[in-house]
Amino acid sequence: MLKFALAGNPNCGKTTLFNALTGSTAHVGNWPGVTVDKKEGTYKKLPEPVAIVDLPGIYSLSPYTPEEVISRNYIIDEKPDCVINIIDATNLERNLYLTTQIMEIDVPVVVALNMMDAVKKSGDKLDAVKLERALGIPVVEISALKNEGIPALMERAWQAAACAREGSTVLCGSALSHVIDDVKIALKGKGVPSPLFHAVKLVEGDELEVKNHPDEVAMVEAFKEQHSDDVFGGDFEAMVADERYKYISAHFSTAFTRAQKSEKLTKSDKADRVLTHRIWGIPIFLVILFAIFHLTFGEDLFYLNAMFGFAKDVDGSGYAVLTGNDVLNAFIAVFYSTAGVSTPGAIVFNLMGFVTDQIGGGIAAGLENAGAYEWAQGLVNDGIWGGLSGILSFIPQILVLFLFISILEDSGYMARVAFILDRAFRKFGLSGRAFIPMIMGFGCSVPAAINTRTLADEKERIMTNRVIPFFTCGAKAPILAAVCGAIASEFTGVNADLLVFALYVFGMAMAIVMVAFMRQTSMRGEVAPFIMELPAYHAPQLYNLMVHLWDKLKHYIKKAFTIILASSIVIWFLSHFSWEWHYLADEQINESILHDIGAFVQWICTPMGFGYNTSELRTFGWVFVVAAVTGLIAKENVITTFYVLAPAIGAVLPGWDDGESGIGAVVALMNATGITWQGLLAFTVFNMLTVPCFAAAATVKAETPKGKFRYTVAFWMLTSYITAAAVFLILSWWWTALIIAAVIAAVVAFFILRNKGKIRLNFKKKETQRE
Amino acid sequence: MEKKLNEFKPGERGVVRRIEGEGQIRRRLFDMGVTPGADILLRKVAPLGDPVEVNLRGYELSLRKAEASCVVMEVK
Repeated sequence: MLKFALAGNPNCGKTTLFNALTGSTAHVGNWPGVTVDKKEGTYKKLPEPVAIVDLPGIYSLSPYTPEEVISRNYIIDEKPDCVINIIDATNLERNLYLTTQIMEIDVPVVVALNMMDAVKKSGDKLDAVKLERALGIPVVEISALKNEGIPALMERAWQAAACAREGSTVLCGSALSHVIDDVKIALKGKGVPSPLFHAVKLVEGDELEVKNHPDEVAMVEAFKEQHSDDVFGGDFEAMVADERYKYISAHFSTAFTRAQKSEKLTKSDKADRVLTHRIWGIPIFLVILFAIFHLTFGEDLFYLNAMFGFAKDVDGSGYAVLTGNDVLNAFIAVFYSTAGVSTPGAIVFNLMGFVTDQIGGGIAAGLENAGAYEWAQGLVNDGIWGGLSGILSFIPQILVLFLFISILEDSGYMARVAFILDRAFRKFGLSGRAFIPMIMGFGCSVPAAINTRTLADEKERIMTNRVIPFFTCGAKAPILAAVCGAIASEFTGVNADLLVFALYVFGMAMAIVMVAFMRQTSMRGEVAPFIMELPAYHAPQLYNLMVHLWDKLKHYIKKAFTIILASSIVIWFLSHFSWEWHYLADEQINESILHDIGAFVQWICTPMGFGYNTSELRTFGWVFVVAAVTGLIAKENVITTFYVLAPAIGAVLPGWDDGESGIGAVVALMNATGITWQGLLAFTVFNMLTVPCFAAAATVKAETPKGKFRYTVAFWMLTSYITAAAVFLILSWWWTALIIAAVIAAVVAFFILRNKGKIRLNFKKKETQRE
Repeated sequence: MEKKLNEFKPGERGVVRRIEGEGQIRRRLFDMGVTPGADILLRKVAPLGDPVEVNLRGYELSLRKAEASCVVMEVK
C-alpha cells in the first residue's frame, strides 16, 4: 500500500483534510511508540487504497520542538511515497517557507492550496498555475472544509508518487550555494539519502546533523573562516532563513495579487477588539470560564430560579410539575425541576440518569422475580450495573464540557487566552503558551499532556506536565459535584456551584504555586520565549466538533466496558469475599479482603481526616482509602466505588431513582462513616492533586524526559498528601493555619535566600573533599 | 530612523532592518517570517502590558517585548 504524508503549518486545515480524505473509514488512533502522535487513515477512491498519515503541524524543519523532529524524522526515515504539503492560501509567504524546506528532501511533493474559497471571498487573486511553474512541483487548489478539489489533489499525488524526485533548493543563487553543493557531493558519495537536505541543515549548524555527520562539519567551518558578510557575519542559519524569504517574496509571491485593501475591519478584528480589550479582556475570560462550568454542572440555568423563585415543589412530591404518571413526572423533571430550569449539562445528565434508572430498576426486579441467588443479585446489581451506570451517567456531562473546550480551541480564542495571560504566567515561571495544554486539562489530561509537545523549553514541558492533573478533568468533575452537592444538602447556606468553582480555582492556584516552587528549586532557569501565531477567529465547524466528541465518546465507552467494569467487579469480589473465599453478606464487610487492604494503610490518612480520627471512621473510613486507590485506575471509579461499597457498610442509598447521582452516595457515606465535611473536602483535594489515572500518568511519562517520571510521581504524592492534610487541619482548627503559614514562610524564605546565594549548602564541598 | 520593535506604539509601522540576539529566539523569529525587509505593523498590547500583537506577511503574530527588543526596525 502506498503511503502519503500530510505536512504543513499548524492551523492550515490539515486535520480537516485528513478527515475529508479518510472519511468514515478513518481509524483514528495513536500509533504505538512513545513520542509519536501521527494519525493514520485510509483513502479508498484511487485505483488502490492509500495510507494517509497526518503529521503534527510545524513551521519549520528545525530541531527545536519535539513535533518538528517527529515530522522531519518521519519524512526522512519512513520515506512516504508522497508528501502532501498543505498551504493556507491566505497566508502564503510563511507557509511556503516550510515548503522550501520540504522540497530539499528527496521525496515527491504535491502542494495543496487550501482555503482558496477564503482568498476568493476577500477579493484577492492567487494564480495556482503560475505558482506551480515557479515552484516546479504540482500545485492543486482545494477547500478541505467544503470538500472541493480533493479527488484532483489525490490524482496528482498518485502520479507524483510514481516517479522518484530529487531534492531541489531555492538557495542556489545565494552566497552559500557553493558550500552547500560541496557538502552535498561529499554526502552523496557516502550514500546518504536526501544529501541536499542534510547539506543545507549542516550549513545551518543544525544540532542533529552536526552530531551525525562530523566529517562534513569541517568543510562548513573552513568555508565560514573565509566568508564575511556585513549583515549576518558568520551566522549561516540566519542567512539561510533570510534567503528563503527573499526568494519567496521575489518568485512566489508574484502569483498573489492582493485586492485593494479597504480600511474596514474584518469580523475577526472586531471580535478581537472586544475579547483582548485592555480592560475587559481578563474579566471577559473569567466570565466565559465560569459560564462554561455553570452550563455544564449547574442545575439552575443562569440562576433564574434563585433570583425569581418560580419553581415550587408541588404538594411535597419533589417535582415542580406534577402529573398523574410517575414516569412522566421523572421525565419532566429532567428539564424543569424544583431547582429551576435545567442547564444543558444538567439536561443530558438527568436524561442519562432517567435511562439508567429505568434499566437498573428493570434488572433488579427481573433478578428478584427469577429468584436468583443472593450473591448473584449483589454481583449484577452492585458490582456490574452499579459500576457501569456510575460512569455512564457522567459521560454526557463530560461530553458537554468537552464540547465547550473544543469550541474555545476551534474558534481561535484559546490562543488569545495565552496572549492575555502571558504576563501573569511569566511571574510564576511559565509562558502563556503553557496555558493552552493546561486549560485543555479541564477536558482530559491525556490530550493536554500530548499538547505540551508544542512547548519548546524542556523545563517548561516537565513542569506543565506535572501540574496538568491539577486542572480538574472531566472524570474528576463528578467527585467535586457529588461532594459539594452532598455538603450543600447537609448544611444550609452553602452553594454547591460556588463550592465546585472554588475547588476548580483552588486546583489552578495549586498549579501556579507548584510551578513557582519548582522554578525556585529543581527547575531553575529563564522563562521560555513566547512567539506565537494568533489565528484568525472563525465560527467552530459543527462537523469537526462532532468528530471530536465522537472520538471522546468512543474512548469513554471503551473505558466503561473494559477497565472500569473490570475494576468494579474486582472491587465487588474483594469486598464480598474473605481471605478463605467465603461469600460474605453486605453486613460482614469487616471480614472482607478489601477491608483488610484498606485498613492496612488507613492510618496514614489520619491527617487528611479519613484515617483513625474517630472510632466510627476507624471502622468505616477504609472505604475512602479504597476509593482513592481505585481512582488510580480511572478517576470515574471514585464515585463508582462509593456506590458499590455504600450498601456494604450499611449506608442507605436513596435508591435507584436518585436523580442527582453521586450526591446521594456521598450523603449516605457521610451518615454511615461520620466523616466531617472538612474530611470530605480534604479527600476531594487529595484526589484532585494526586497521581492521575493510569492513562494520564502513562502519557505524562511518555512526554517527559527519561528518568524524570519517578520524581513526577513523588511530586504528585507529596503535593496531594501535604495539601489535603493542610486543608483538613486548617478547616477543622483555624489556628493550625498560623503554624502551617509559618512553616511555608520558612521554606520559601530558605529557598529564596539560597537562590540569592545567602545560604550555601555544603553538599558539594563534601563531595569534592571525598574525591 | 532606527527603532526597536518593543518601542513601537499601537498603529506604528516599519520595516525590519536586522535581528539581534541569538540561538533559539532568533531562529524562531526567522521561522515565523521576521526577517530583514519584512513589513511589520504593531497591532496592540495585551491587557497586562505585555506581550504585543503584530501584523506581518498577512498574519497576526504575538511576541513579548523582550523578544521584540531583538528586532531592529526602520520606521517609515
